[in-house]
Amino acid sequence: MDLDLMLTSLPKLLSAAVITLKLLSVSLIIGLLIGFIFAVLRLNKNPFINKFAYGYSYLFRGTPLLVQIFIIYFGLGQIEWLRQTFLWVILKEPYWCAIIAFALNTGAYTSEILRSAFQTIKPGIIEAGKSLGISNKIILYKIQIPVAIRQSLPAYGNEIILMMKGTSLASTVTLMDITGVAKHIVSTTYKPLEVFLLAGGIYLFMTFIIHNLIKYLEKKYSFQ
Amino acid sequence: MDLLTFGKTGWGDELFYATLMTIAVAVTAMLIGFLFSLIFTPFKLSNNKFLNFIANTYTTVIRGVPELLVIYLFFFGGSGAIMYVASIFGYFEYIEINAFITGSVAIGIISGAYSTEVFRGAIQSIDKGQFEACKVLGFKRHIYFLKVIMPQMLRLAIPNLSNVWQITLKDTSLISVTGLVEIMRQSYIAAGSTRDPLFFYSFAAVLYLMLTFLSMKLINKLEVKYSRGF
Repeated sequence: MDLDLMLTSLPKLLSAAVITLKLLSVSLIIGLLIGFIFAVLRLNKNPFINKFAYGYSYLFRGTPLLVQIFIIYFGLGQIEWLRQTFLWVILKEPYWCAIIAFALNTGAYTSEILRSAFQTIKPGIIEAGKSLGISNKIILYKIQIPVAIRQSLPAYGNEIILMMKGTSLASTVTLMDITGVAKHIVSTTYKPLEVFLLAGGIYLFMTFIIHNLIKYLEKKYSFQ
Repeated sequence: MDLLTFGKTGWGDELFYATLMTIAVAVTAMLIGFLFSLIFTPFKLSNNKFLNFIANTYTTVIRGVPELLVIYLFFFGGSGAIMYVASIFGYFEYIEINAFITGSVAIGIISGAYSTEVFRGAIQSIDKGQFEACKVLGFKRHIYFLKVIMPQMLRLAIPNLSNVWQITLKDTSLISVTGLVEIMRQSYIAAGSTRDPLFFYSFAAVLYLMLTFLSMKLINKLEVKYSRGF
């Protein structure tokens, strides 16, 4: 074990953790939005809309995240007309490509989590609201959504952790997140064990924090 | 479609073999994972605090660290560690481990952490009366496990194991970083030499979708088989 190397590479890895967190938070916010939209589409009675939303989530949950990143980063640049549009400003940056891939991926999982949360709301709660003469709109905003959020918290916490681990794939499209920096340090020092263990420790610490945050929220918003 | 013909001009046969390689890695990793969960599930359920601690550390660490990092650690650190062990026994030559073995072991350890949790959950949700009944009837330990606990456990575990299988199958794409020619690596090679990444990566996505779809069909059959009588 080379402790000196571990000490000198710690600040580098920690500054790379900022990029990891940025990737994570931006893609989670966009993903939550996408997930919410598609969860609502999934619950739509129209079979066409319903199937479309199912197809989206099936596609993104059935393929590896790595393939999705590569299609967006390497694949989309190949389409000629896309390069002429303003989208190219976004798509030529590996940072935004990674975020698009992560957001679409986590959006698919989030839509499933929210859908099942909406579907498992006890009908009695909604019926109680209706029999009290509360309008449908208020039932949705004041009863269904809060209950669904509470119910999906544990599953969503897992999804956040999975996504955090997924951000390590950003290193494959030249982004310097924790994994990218760790790999760079290893390629110059040839000390894989020390550096990768240290990087793993940082990820583990982040997992620990997210896990406890979700646990705290679960307790705070529990029904009791 | 010319790009997918079998033979010297197309990439069809290469991608076909690459798909077989992906399946081989995924199945090997899943089996290695079962081996790990066979060791760690009893640890998790035991009353010994130390064994509990070991098993909890294993599952927490592996599930809290990116899969890519575990693969890098094994691929770059694995041969170094083995050479270090070999040097203790007086062997100083360079040892290179096969990419298939490192990859399957790395993914297997990850998959093992998930399936350990699945088996633990399944065993814990079996009714306590079942264990007590076995003890009262005086069954031998291995018989009561094989004949009473195991069938009930499998029924509860199979739906979650199918999730673990999906995760494992998708994780195999990460092995491409070690140079093992599976779907992802082959698409990378094909995309590089034909300058058509969009087509090949999309085709890789289709292959993965096909694999997940087919395996889901198979697992559903298993699920029906094991939930007989429920």
